[in-house]
Amino acid sequence: MSSATLSRLRFSANQIAQNLAAMNPDKAVLATADHINKFWDPRMKARIFEDIQGEEGRSALSPVALAAIEYLAGGAEPKSQTRATEFNSVNEIGHSDAG
Amino acid sequence: MGFERQADFGTPEVKSDELVTLTIDGREVTVPAGTSVMRAAAEIGGSIPKLCATDNMKSFGSCRLCLVEIEGARGTPASCTTPVMPGMNVKTQTPRLEKLRRGVMELYISDHPLDCLTCSANNDCELQDQAAAVGLRDVRYGYEGENHLGLGTDVSNPYFDFDPSKCIVCSRCVRACDEVQGTFALTIDGRGFASMVSAGQDGDNFLSSECVSCGACVQACPTATLQEKSVKAIGKPERAVVTTCAYCGVGCAFRAEMRGEQLVRMVPWKDGKANRGHSCVKGRFAYGYANHKDRVLNPMIRESIDEPWREVSWDEAIAYTVNKLREIKARHGVGSLGGVTSSRCTNEETFLVQKLVRAGFGNNNVDTCARVCHSPTGYGLSTTFGTSAGTQDFDTIMDADVVLVIGANPTDAHPVFGSRMKRRLRQGAKLIVIDPRRIDLVRSPHIQAAHHLALQPGTNVAVLTSLAHVIVTEGLVNEAFVRERCEWDAFEDWARFVSEERHSPEFLEAVTRVPAQTVREAARLYATGGNGAIYYGLGVTEHSQGSSAVIAIANLAMATGNIGRPGVGVNPLRGQNNVQGSCDMGSFPHELSGYRHISDDATRQLFEKDWGVTLDKEPGLRINNMLDAAIDGTFKALYVQGEDIMQSDPNTQHVAAGLEAMELVIMHDLFLNETANYAHVFLPGSTFLEKNGTFTNAERRVQPVRKVMEPAPGYEDWEVTQLLANALGLDWNYTHPSEILDEIARLTPSFAGISWDRLDREGSLQWPVNDKFPDGSPVMHVEEFVRGKGHFAITEYIPTDERSGPRFPLLLTTGRILSQYNVGAQTRRTDNVVWHDGDVLEMHPADAENRGLKTGDWVKLASRTGETTLRLEVTDRVAPGVVYTTFHHPGTQANVVTTDYSDWATNCPEYKVTAVQVMPSNGPTEWQKEQAELTERSRRIAGAAEMEPAE
Repeated sequence: MSSATLSRLRFSANQIAQNLAAMNPDKAVLATADHINKFWDPRMKARIFEDIQGEEGRSALSPVALAAIEYLAGGAEPKSQTRATEFNSVNEIGHSDAG
Repeated sequence: MGFERQADFGTPEVKSDELVTLTIDGREVTVPAGTSVMRAAAEIGGSIPKLCATDNMKSFGSCRLCLVEIEGARGTPASCTTPVMPGMNVKTQTPRLEKLRRGVMELYISDHPLDCLTCSANNDCELQDQAAAVGLRDVRYGYEGENHLGLGTDVSNPYFDFDPSKCIVCSRCVRACDEVQGTFALTIDGRGFASMVSAGQDGDNFLSSECVSCGACVQACPTATLQEKSVKAIGKPERAVVTTCAYCGVGCAFRAEMRGEQLVRMVPWKDGKANRGHSCVKGRFAYGYANHKDRVLNPMIRESIDEPWREVSWDEAIAYTVNKLREIKARHGVGSLGGVTSSRCTNEETFLVQKLVRAGFGNNNVDTCARVCHSPTGYGLSTTFGTSAGTQDFDTIMDADVVLVIGANPTDAHPVFGSRMKRRLRQGAKLIVIDPRRIDLVRSPHIQAAHHLALQPGTNVAVLTSLAHVIVTEGLVNEAFVRERCEWDAFEDWARFVSEERHSPEFLEAVTRVPAQTVREAARLYATGGNGAIYYGLGVTEHSQGSSAVIAIANLAMATGNIGRPGVGVNPLRGQNNVQGSCDMGSFPHELSGYRHISDDATRQLFEKDWGVTLDKEPGLRINNMLDAAIDGTFKALYVQGEDIMQSDPNTQHVAAGLEAMELVIMHDLFLNETANYAHVFLPGSTFLEKNGTFTNAERRVQPVRKVMEPAPGYEDWEVTQLLANALGLDWNYTHPSEILDEIARLTPSFAGISWDRLDREGSLQWPVNDKFPDGSPVMHVEEFVRGKGHFAITEYIPTDERSGPRFPLLLTTGRILSQYNVGAQTRRTDNVVWHDGDVLEMHPADAENRGLKTGDWVKLASRTGETTLRLEVTDRVAPGVVYTTFHHPGTQANVVTTDYSDWATNCPEYKVTAVQVMPSNGPTEWQKEQAELTERSRRIAGAAEMEPAE
């Protein structure tokens, strides 16, 4: 993986954490973990999990982002923490996230 | 449908609960109070002769042809200006009226060329019809008197001519320009016999005037005075097919008027519920790309992008592609393939592309161009309202009292809706514009924004939060609404947050550059001015905090109770024709159609059972992540249908590097676009005229697209995707898009009640259409939000990391203009280039003077990412420190300067804020030269006579 991609992943994780923390500091770690779990492809998750094995990767992340990645790397599957990650169930209508 | 004009009731429909019954020619009719006698007669099948009246504009009473007799009334009043009265007894055909009408018609015809047999409007001319209707047999005045027959024709507009020798000065064109379009470009110049229709000022012609070429005047003209050049060239149409425009998200319905398989003209369909019979220069006229010489009609392949293309049969192209896909999958794994669906293609085509990726490629690496436009709308409105589709239909603007436009430019990007908005503003609704640039709406004829908040690019969240600060701290919250409809605890948290002094307009003025008093007045107006409707566009979403800004907008609407009834709401204006639809169809990598996450077992099982495959439960890659993964070597093959990511996506050099790193790029498009420079397979696409299907507009309105001619390359786009799928071993057997729509309805609850037959019958339906809403849903969240209570979320302003500084002191923001569309692939291949043949950089006079620059100069536009050159226009539309350009032209590649910064939640690129420097230039940049060479090299086709590029 190129360093540019890795630095984008770190930047993105920090950006998600910073904005979700502003919305609700109490749920920031879980909300960040939930967001990354719902929207990141497995190779992106695997890469950031690997990244926090090293000091450089850990220090590149904010405390919230790091805690969220550690939570996911531990195999946890967070429930939806924001309405934006609540999706319709199989027969449900209503929710949409049309671009 | 054969060719016949749509019924014209003469005057507009009136809505009233009070009904009036009268008698016309012995027949009783009951109509709403306020209806004209002319319309009442038309509604029972009568036809009072008329020339100056038409039912999309106010009655005028000038032609004196529609005279009637009313029992007990003096004289012969004009039926168009006479409202019905209870018990009225009207005669429309009497000897006295016939004589009067013939006399009027004689006067008209005495100054009209008698060339009907050779006139291009022959048999499609209201003057001719009315002369017949009144029984004109002779013109007693002769034809030798003073007349206008020698006047020359104005041919300046590329799409229509103005021949004043045939004009009867009925003012329909002038009134259409005023009332329907709202441009006020036309007037009647002179008095009496000298009266003439005139565009612009003395010395102007149609092209040099303010005319925006919407076609309303041409449609209104009852003679051959204003007529499409195409009718003159081709002849009168012989049939009409109703279809849906393939340009912006307004979704105008048109009659494609045909002569054989040749399109004569596109005429806006009066029954179209999105456009109500109006059009813009793109939908009305800019369809010539469909037959442009650049269109590629044969499949092509090549091993390497350095080689010329080789034309092959469809069989060979499909076999080659599928073999490559299989081989890449075997070598690099299932995750190495992906696809991009198009918001310019139909719902059915989009559905099939994502199905191909999920069921055929075996992963969820599918994304769509909504990623780069309105994805933050999804996130933001889901967070607050629980669903993100626009809350209203377009008609509802007519009930708005205060219109708040944020980061949108409706008169350019959504012009038909822009005209509706202007109509409401002329009726007295107040306007607030929040935009760094002085868009036309801020001040145009008979329109003046009450407040223009010309904010610093990138400070939307700060401005929106300061508006909320004023609403909360000045006690303007609609508490009853909030208590009933929203989560009260979350509201209290939010109210405390926005009330902090650091969110006051005074505190934030230094950041936003909007005078605090203006923010306060705008907030008061929105909160207390009656029905407040918010319309917003990409100026909100395309930021690092795009999602937060959308949340902030929704917070404002909830706090003021502006949700859930006509005239209010939060309305994202979608960029492309089928943005809403492509999202509904499961184009995002994390969800299936109907917004159900791919990790949900029950949802996956539903699709797995229907499709007979096993689906991956992990989300796939977004477009930007696909490009990253390609550079990293884990993503190798991409199927792109109908998009040009090379030109439309940010940081062009990053896109180029990603595409170049792939082993197989399959481009499915009309033209060899910029992305095709990096493609190995080119599959020729079909235009919207060549296929059946449906588009869903910004109102969630699903409308039919109907085939009016055979696809030039031999297949409709959905058929090409089916060929690929079947070669990959999927057993698809669709014979018509209606069968795909049936599958969508079967698998997608919000589409459950939609079918091709029903759309064919009813014209359009707004989803959700199901047991609860059998006829669709024009306004959402009426009694409660779709997911229960509205949720206020806190929006902390976090400045973007893209900062101006000594090297890059200016902020660039990008947008669109009226005559061009998106990457320009279509509109650049039409005569719309007469209005805009290259991207132009707008700069404030103070900044230009500092750099010694003037309008027309070539300048270099440089950012930390890249640089390009383009022409400069000095204008005070933009504030000092801000520059603006469009991204319509590949020669400019404006996105070579935009950055990788993107919305924190959705990765929607930050197109609207790039720190740049501008300096004089004496030629193209190295990047532009390289791209020009690449384009030339890449478009070679082996065996083509002169081995020249295809465009």
